[in-house]
Amino acid sequence: MHELPVMQSILTIVLKHAAMHNVKKVHAINLLVGKLSDLEAEWMQRYFDYLSAGTVVAGARLNIEWVPAVLSCEVCQTRVEINKVNLDGITCPACAKNKFQLVSGKEYHIKNMEAE
Amino acid sequence: MSEIRLIEIKEEILTDNKEEAAKLRKKLKDRGIFLLNLMSSPGAGKTSLILRTIEQLKTKFRIGVLEADIDSTVDAEKIVAAGIPAVQIRTGGFCHLDAGMVMKGLDALDLSVLDLVIIENVGNLVCPAEFDTGAVKNAMILSVPEGDDKPLKYPLMFNICDVLLVNKIDYLGLSDFSMETLHERVHTLNPHIAIIETSCKTGAGIDMWSAWLAEEIKKIENEGNINDE
Ligand SMILES: Nc1nc2c(ncn2[C@@H]2O[C@H](COP(=O)(O)OP(=O)(O)OP(=O)(O)O)[C@@H](O)[C@H]2O)c(=O)[nH]1
Ligand SMILES: [Mg+2]
Ligand SMILES: [Zn+2]
Repeated sequence: MHELPVMQSILTIVLKHAAMHNVKKVHAINLLVGKLSDLEAEWMQRYFDYLSAGTVVAGARLNIEWVPAVLSCEVCQTRVEINKVNLDGITCPACAKNKFQLVSGKEYHIKNMEAE
Repeated sequence: MSEIRLIEIKEEILTDNKEEAAKLRKKLKDRGIFLLNLMSSPGAGKTSLILRTIEQLKTKFRIGVLEADIDSTVDAEKIVAAGIPAVQIRTGGFCHLDAGMVMKGLDALDLSVLDLVIIENVGNLVCPAEFDTGAVKNAMILSVPEGDDKPLKYPLMFNICDVLLVNKIDYLGLSDFSMETLHERVHTLNPHIAIIETSCKTGAGIDMWSAWLAEEIKKIENEGNINDE
């Protein structure tokens, strides 16, 4: 639902790097996005195309690598990957406790871009 | 034709907002103002809780409110009617508040006469979880009619909050909502969150909530005093 401000933030960062490197055209942008974010790839691309029109980034493809949502057991630090299906009643596979810290799944990171 | 190069970027998205939020937090800390970000789905009871909080705490703290209704001033008017300064933040149809919008809203309040500012964020369990407002504490309300399965559907929101208010407990007898199941589901994602059961209708639990908030405000004040020495 909040694709627009996120895409605006990506575009600003990419344009800054494009200027630094004298880029004429950006072909692709490689992103890392945590699975807990409710962004959808299709909408991200659509909003991005809309925002980037007329810039050197216009037409660039967003390649999204989804980072799994992982919990770490508070007691023994064993890690468990979660999704919306297994989250209910989840317990630590090693010690059976059910209190965790979130260790990944919130990422919002731009890795690099393919450009000429 | 020029060659395609791989250009390293390695930057976090939304850093602008995080930096603005950190700046705001610092500024408010220096001025001794406690900023609370209150989030929930539409209608869970944010405005009702703020009004109850005002009743309980207005003699202890000087309170101000930022209201983020997308397109009405109804909630801000209720707060003003309770004798408390309130500012309507225009979100321009946005689904959340960011630190910049909060800063603008705060500019419209006279901060020199305030100790506590409560933000009523946009009614939504998804987007506000991703945007740091600059608040010291994040609170969320889940109301009983929404169901005890919400932590499974909106894990991020439950993960980032410091306190959860389970409101409308006067409806408990009318629904299959299980408080025990809810506690389990919430603590799985956030073992140290405080959970307080309230009813803004009967007033149940409001004293506990006010005590929690007053305690947190005192903690921050003490930190400030230690830093001043
Ligand atoms: N029975 C009952 N009703 C409540 C309680 N808390 C709030 N309400 C009612 O729920 C409705 C919505 O409450 P609000 O305080 O306006 O909720 P809100 O979250 O501010 O709503 P929006 O700003 O529209 O998102 C109102 O009719 C309140 O009177 C409660 O604890 N019990
Ligand atoms: Mg309201
Ligand atoms: Zn364990």
